[in-house]
Amino acid sequence: MDAAKNKYSIIVPTYNERLNIALIVYLIFKHLRDVDFEIIVVDDGSPDGTQEIVKQLQKLYGEDRILLRPRAKKLGLGTAYIHGLKYASGNFVVIMDADLSHHPKYFPSFIKKQLETGASIVTGTRYVTGGGVHGWNLMRKLTSRGANVLAQTLLWPGVSDLTGSFRLYKKSVLEDVISSCVSKGYVFQMEMIVRASRKGYHIEEVPITFVDRVFGSSKLGGSEIVEYLKGLIYLMITT
Amino acid sequence: MKHVLKLFSLLVLISALWISLLQASIIPQSHTWLLPIYFIVSLGCYGLLMVGVGLMRFPTCPQEAVLLQQDIAEAKDFLKQKGVDVGSE
Repeated sequence: MDAAKNKYSIIVPTYNERLNIALIVYLIFKHLRDVDFEIIVVDDGSPDGTQEIVKQLQKLYGEDRILLRPRAKKLGLGTAYIHGLKYASGNFVVIMDADLSHHPKYFPSFIKKQLETGASIVTGTRYVTGGGVHGWNLMRKLTSRGANVLAQTLLWPGVSDLTGSFRLYKKSVLEDVISSCVSKGYVFQMEMIVRASRKGYHIEEVPITFVDRVFGSSKLGGSEIVEYLKGLIYLMITT
Repeated sequence: MKHVLKLFSLLVLISALWISLLQASIIPQSHTWLLPIYFIVSLGCYGLLMVGVGLMRFPTCPQEAVLLQQDIAEAKDFLKQKGVDVGSE
């Protein structure tokens, strides 16, 4: 594949990310200077004026580089990706979070890994050397590690970070995998990568760092754990 | 094949192995009867070990938080100059 002809569509679902979306757009442009890309912002009717900020960014960077494709209300992550995919003109699609836990500076390493290996999917992993997490206390790390060991034992997924959502897909691969996924939330991310693995797609990993600025405000409670276990059982039975 | 079926086949295989050991009497019967328990306990211990080791070696990146703050400041400066509203959170 001729590297010069590649175009990367970056889908960023947003909800009340008025400040973060501007910062992310700046950082993407900073770290992808010689790459053909577009940013597709799928905003779910944010009341904080996120869309106004995106319009200002469009004036600055160009409407061909920043696409605003909003929806009326919060409709979930999976459908946000499907919605964004409809407008993606690149042959590769990157998905990432809008809260700056995913840093655009890793884009070059995703792209490089894909070009080197010809992989269908490159997924960011926080759990290997070179990667890492900041902002998690011991309890959080323990549940994360426990959850990961359980998932590895039960699912044999072929990746070290199942719930991560910083990924580069070949567009055709994303379209194929996403059509067969039905879960919500982070189980959706797990379902995507497990289904891709089962279908035999070539998946590579790159280390990423994850700065959790949201964790302090959200607890990882019993209901999350139950959700997770249900998700694991669902994936064991259906993939 | 669905993954749960793969795991099930593995379980059937191990059970068949265990039953043949029981019948062949290479190992004294009293020991053989306890093998499944040994297996489950070992599996549990291995799991706990993996969690413990993973927790000890959990990669952290405190410097990334600092770098992120710098990036945010740089981004805010640039965008403010260009007329993008980077006011409130």
